Amino acid sequence: MHDLQPLNPLGGAGADHFQVAAVTLTENPNVALASVSARHGFSDACQAKLAEFLGAPVPMAGKARLGTSLDALWTGPDQWMVCAPFATHEDLATQLKSGFGDTASITEQTDAWACFDLQGVGIENVMERLCNLNLRAMAPADATRSTIDHMGCFVIRRLAQDSVRILGPRSSAGSLHHALVTAMRSAL
Amino acid sequence: MTQSNRLSGGQIDRTTKLKFVFDGKSYFGHPGDTLASALLANNVRLMGRSFKYHRPRGPLSAGSEEPNAIVELRGGNRQEPNTRATTAELYDGLFAKSQNRWPGLAFDAMAINDRLSNFLTAGFYYKTFMWPAAFWEKVYEPIIRKAAGLGSLSMKADPDVYDKGYLHCDLLIIGAGPAGLMAALTAGRAGKQVLLADEDFRMGGRLNAETFAINDAPADAWAAAAVAELSSLANVRLLARTTVIGAFDHGIYSAVERVSDHVKTPLPGKPRQILWRIYAQKALLCAGATERPIAFDNNDRPGIMLASALRTYANRFAASPAKRVAIFTNNDDGHRTAADLRAKGIKIAAVIDTRANAPLTGDYEVLRGGQVIDTQGRLGLTFVTVRLANGETRLLECGALGVSGGWNPNVHLTCHQRGRPTWDDGLAAFVPGGTLPPGMSVAGAANGVFSTHGALASGQAAAVDALGLSSPKPDVPVAEDVPVSQTPFWYVEGCSRAWLDQQNDVTVKDVKLSYQEGFRSVEHLKRYTTLGMATDQGKTSNMGGLAIMAELAGKSIPEVGTTMYRPPYTPTAIGVLAGRMRGMEFHPTRLTPSHHWAKERGAVFVEVGNWLRAQWFPIEGETHWRQSVDREVRATRTSVGVCDCTTLGKIDVQGTDAAAFLNKAYCNGFAKLAVGKTRYGLMLREDGIAMDDGTAARLAEDHFVVTTTTANAVKVYQHLEFMRQCLYPDMDVQLISTTEGWAQYAVAGPNSRKLLQKIVDPAHDLSNEGFPFMACANVTVCGGLRARLFRISFSGELAFEIAVPSRYGDALMRRLMDEGAEFGVTPYGTEALGVMRIEKGHAAGNELNGTTTALNLGMGRMVSKAKDSIGSVLSRREGLNTPDALIAVGVKPVDPEEKITAGGHLMNASGAVNAAHDQGYVTSAAYSPTLGSMIGLAFLKNGAARHGETMRIVSPVTKSSVRVEIVSAHFVDPEGERLRA
Repeated sequence: MHDLQPLNPLGGAGADHFQVAAVTLTENPNVALASVSARHGFSDACQAKLAEFLGAPVPMAGKARLGTSLDALWTGPDQWMVCAPFATHEDLATQLKSGFGDTASITEQTDAWACFDLQGVGIENVMERLCNLNLRAMAPADATRSTIDHMGCFVIRRLAQDSVRILGPRSSAGSLHHALVTAMRSAL
Repeated sequence: MTQSNRLSGGQIDRTTKLKFVFDGKSYFGHPGDTLASALLANNVRLMGRSFKYHRPRGPLSAGSEEPNAIVELRGGNRQEPNTRATTAELYDGLFAKSQNRWPGLAFDAMAINDRLSNFLTAGFYYKTFMWPAAFWEKVYEPIIRKAAGLGSLSMKADPDVYDKGYLHCDLLIIGAGPAGLMAALTAGRAGKQVLLADEDFRMGGRLNAETFAINDAPADAWAAAAVAELSSLANVRLLARTTVIGAFDHGIYSAVERVSDHVKTPLPGKPRQILWRIYAQKALLCAGATERPIAFDNNDRPGIMLASALRTYANRFAASPAKRVAIFTNNDDGHRTAADLRAKGIKIAAVIDTRANAPLTGDYEVLRGGQVIDTQGRLGLTFVTVRLANGETRLLECGALGVSGGWNPNVHLTCHQRGRPTWDDGLAAFVPGGTLPPGMSVAGAANGVFSTHGALASGQAAAVDALGLSSPKPDVPVAEDVPVSQTPFWYVEGCSRAWLDQQNDVTVKDVKLSYQEGFRSVEHLKRYTTLGMATDQGKTSNMGGLAIMAELAGKSIPEVGTTMYRPPYTPTAIGVLAGRMRGMEFHPTRLTPSHHWAKERGAVFVEVGNWLRAQWFPIEGETHWRQSVDREVRATRTSVGVCDCTTLGKIDVQGTDAAAFLNKAYCNGFAKLAVGKTRYGLMLREDGIAMDDGTAARLAEDHFVVTTTTANAVKVYQHLEFMRQCLYPDMDVQLISTTEGWAQYAVAGPNSRKLLQKIVDPAHDLSNEGFPFMACANVTVCGGLRARLFRISFSGELAFEIAVPSRYGDALMRRLMDEGAEFGVTPYGTEALGVMRIEKGHAAGNELNGTTTALNLGMGRMVSKAKDSIGSVLSRREGLNTPDALIAVGVKPVDPEEKITAGGHLMNASGAVNAAHDQGYVTSAAYSPTLGSMIGLAFLKNGAARHGETMRIVSPVTKSSVRVEIVSAHFVDPEGERLRA
C-alpha cells in the first residue's frame, strides 16, 4: 500500500462545505470515474455489458442512470462515463476493462474532474446564474454537458429533486467553486 | 425645501420621507417617486443642459425615452453618468448632480454656444475643422474630445458586481401595461411558463398614470390586483425593473434587471444588475407607445413636456412642474391631460388645439385652431405665445406646457433582426411590420391599438394565439374604448430654432440644412445632424425629423423610411455586459497538481493560457530572476531537477486502429512503434505547415498516450476528433483527454535515475538496458500507486517523465524533493525549461509559429514518403521546398557579452540592411549558463549549409546590430549521449 496523501481538487484534505440559505455546496472527492467508449462494431455488445454492470438499461442521450450498482451518464454516441464511490472503486477502470474486454476502450477519468454537489431548496435559482440549462425542466437523472464560466462541465440532476451534481475540470476546481459560491451568494 | 408642487393622491408612500441631494441641495421625496418626480414636487424644473448649446432643460417625459433630464447619479466610485432622472427610483440618501455645465446648472458659461448657434449648425465640425490640416491632431481633436459627451466618468473601478443568468419560458411578455398584464393572466392561468418583464419598478404601465376605471375599479388598482394574482402563480415570474434590451436569433432575448439600483449600496454578495439571456418559445411585445412632441420655436424650456408625462406626474407621482399649465395638442389625448390636471387643482391656462373642430367638453378654455409659436423663460417656462386661428397672437402665462402630437408605437424590438416597420395611414405612425423576429407577436399600443379595452383584448388574443390555448380565458374587463384619431402635425409652420432632438440639439433648421446640403437619406441625415443619436436614441425625435425630410423631398414618410433600430433598447452599462467576467475572473484559472507546493516554495508564476505555471523558484539571496534560472539550469545539468509538465496535453488513443490512426495524424511513422516505446511525432496541418509536436507512447497494441504542447492541447484534440469522426469514421479508434487526470513531472539530469529508483517500486528495472531512452511503461510508485513512466527528455539530459493520478501529484512532488535531497534536487520552472530546450535545439511555440514546415524545422526527412499522412502531400509543394528555404540554425554572438534578441533579423556580415537583403530571423533567445553567453534559435535561408558563417542580427525596434556566428541548433550534447546514458 502506497503512502502518498491525496489532495482534493480545491487543495484541502477534507471535503469543502459551503452554505447559503437552504442550499449547500459540497466538494465530493469520493467519486471514481471511468469512460467507456464502444469499439467499432461492438456497440451492442458494449451496451449489453454496461447494462450488466449497471444492473439497468444504459442511459441514452441527455440521461444518466443513477441509484444502480454503478452510476453512468451518456457523454456522446457510444460513450458513457461510469461513476462509483472512490473508496471502494479506486481501480474502477481496471475493473471495467476486465469486464468489457475488447468491446470497449476504458480510460480512467477519476482525477480529471472535480465533483461538486449542490443541494437544497433554491438550487434552480443558483444554476440559472451559471449555465444555460433549464434545470427546472430537467427530470431526475437527466444529465448533459454545459458550460459554466467558460468551463466545460457535466450537470447531472440527481434522484433527490433538490440536488444537482456538477463535474468540472479538476485543474479549474478553484474557479468553478468560486463561480458556484458567487452565484449562491448572489441568487439566494 | 418643501414639496410645494406636491399634489393629492398618487402612488407614493407619504408615511416615509426620503432625503436626497441634487446639485448639493437637500430635498425630500417619498417611496414611489423617481428623482424627476421628486424634483418637480420640490418645484425644481431645471435638471440639465443640452449637449451642444447648453440650453437649460427639464424633463420632457416621465419614462425611459427621456432626452433631457440626464444626471450623474451617486458619487465617488459609484458615480454613473447619463442617468435618466425620469427612471431613477428615489431612495433615502440618493445623490445626484447635473452634468454638462460649468460652473453650475443655473449659470453655465458654455451657454455662450447658444449665442453662436449660427456657426454651430449641423455638420459645422465637418466644415470648420478642415484646415489647416496640421491643427487636427494637436488642436481640434483635443477640443472636440473635451467638449464631447455629457456626463463624466469617475475614472475609478466600479466597486459593485454584476451578474448574468439564463431564463427559459413558454412566453416572454415584454411590458406590463394593460396588454402585457392581460396576456400574462391568460397564459399564467393556463399553466404556461410565463416571464413578464417591465422596465418600471411598478408594473401596470399607463394604467398607473390614468384616472379611468377598469371593471369599475381605478385602473391602477386593477393593475395591482392583476400583479398580485400573477405573483401567486408558481409558473409566472415577474421581472420588474427589467428592460428587455434586444431580440436575438432563435427566440433569445436579453434583459437587464436592475437589482440594486434603487438602494444606496447593494446588499453583500448581491449584484447591482443582472444581464439575463432569455430563451423564449414565444415572445409578446407589449411595449406600449411613446407620445410625440410638436416642434415650435423655443420648445425646449424646462416646464415644456409631453402632455402624457404631465398626466403621469400628476396622477401617479402626485407632482406637477407648475400650478398653472397650458396644453398644446393636435388630438383628444391632450384634453385628457387637461381634465386630469384640472381635477388635481391645477389651473389650465388654455388648451391650444391645432384642430378647428377641437372638442369643448372640459372646464377650461380651448383655443381651436391655435398654435404655440414661441415661449419665454430663461431657466424655466413663464409664457407661451399662441397664434390664434384668426391670426392674432396671445400671450399665456404658464409654468408648464403639455405637448401632444399623437403617439408612436414602440416598435423597436420588432426591428432588431432587420425587420422594418410599416406605415399606418390611419394612425399616421409606424406600426410593427410583417417581418417580426420568429416567435414574436405584438399587442396593445405597441401594435397601434391605443384604447385600453383594445390593449386588454389584444393582449389576451395574442397570448391565446401564441400559445395555441384552448383553455377557458379570463373575461376581458370593461375599460374605455374611445376611438383614437391621429392626424400628422409635426411642427409649427415658420419655426426655425424648434427642437426635434433635444438631447443632441437638432432643430428643424438643421434638418432643412441637411437636405439643402444633399444629406437626404435618413441614415445620412442621422450622421450629419446627429438626430436620434446618444442615450435616448431618438425615441422622441426621429419621427419629427423624418417628417420634415419627407416634406422637403416631396415624399411620404414611409418612402423616406426609418433608420435601423438596434439593441440595446435603452442605455446599458458595460459592467452588466461583462457580468462576473472581469479582473481576475475574466477567465478561469487552471492550477497544476504541484501548485500549492510551489506556492509554499515561493515560486513566481506565469500565466500560460489559463494555466498558472511556476516560472522560477527563487531562493534566499537571489535578487534577479536570472540568478534563479541559471542556478536551476546548472543544477539540472549537473545533478537533477524536477519540473511540473502536467500542462502538456495528454490524449488517450485506444482501439485496434490506434496505430494506423496516429500514422495518419503524424507525418512520421507510428505503425511499427513497439509496445513500451515512445516516439517524437510532428503533426502537420492539411496545408503542410507544422501544427504541433509531441510524443506518443505505446502502452499496449491498442493503446497510445499522445502528448501535445500546452498551448495546442485543445486544438490537437479537436483535430484528432475531426479526423476520427469525419476523415476516418471506419477506423476503430477512441479518444479522450486525460490532461487533467494525471500529474506529470519531468525528472531530468544525470542523477534522475538514482532519484527515481527511490520512488519507483523496485520491481521495475530503470537501468539503461531495462528502461532505455524512449521507453514507456505502467509502473507503481511509493509502494503500489499506479503510475506511468516515460524516458523522454526535453532538456537533453538523462530524463524521465513520471505521472500519477492528479490527487497524488502534490504528495509525489514533496516525496521527490525529500528523496532527492541527497542529490541536491532542484525544482525548475518554465524559464529554465526554456533555456534548456534552446540549448538542446528543441522547437517550441516560437518555432511552430504557423508559418514553418518540417523542412524549416530541420526535420524535413521526418515526413515519411512511405505512407500518406495529413499534410504530407502539400508539404512537398514546390514553393515550400526551394533551395533557399529557411532552415533552423543556432546563433551565438561573436562577442559573448553581446545580446541576442528574439525577433531580430539576420543580415549578411556586410552590405545593405533592408527587407530585400533579409536572410532570416531569430525565434528564441536565452542566456545559456552552460555556454556562458546568450544563444538563439533562428530560421536562416539555406541554413544547413551556412554553419560557421558570421552574420549580423539587426533589430530596427531596438536599433541594435550584433555580429553572430551561425552554428548547429544543438548547442548541448549534439550527439545525444547524455540522454541515452
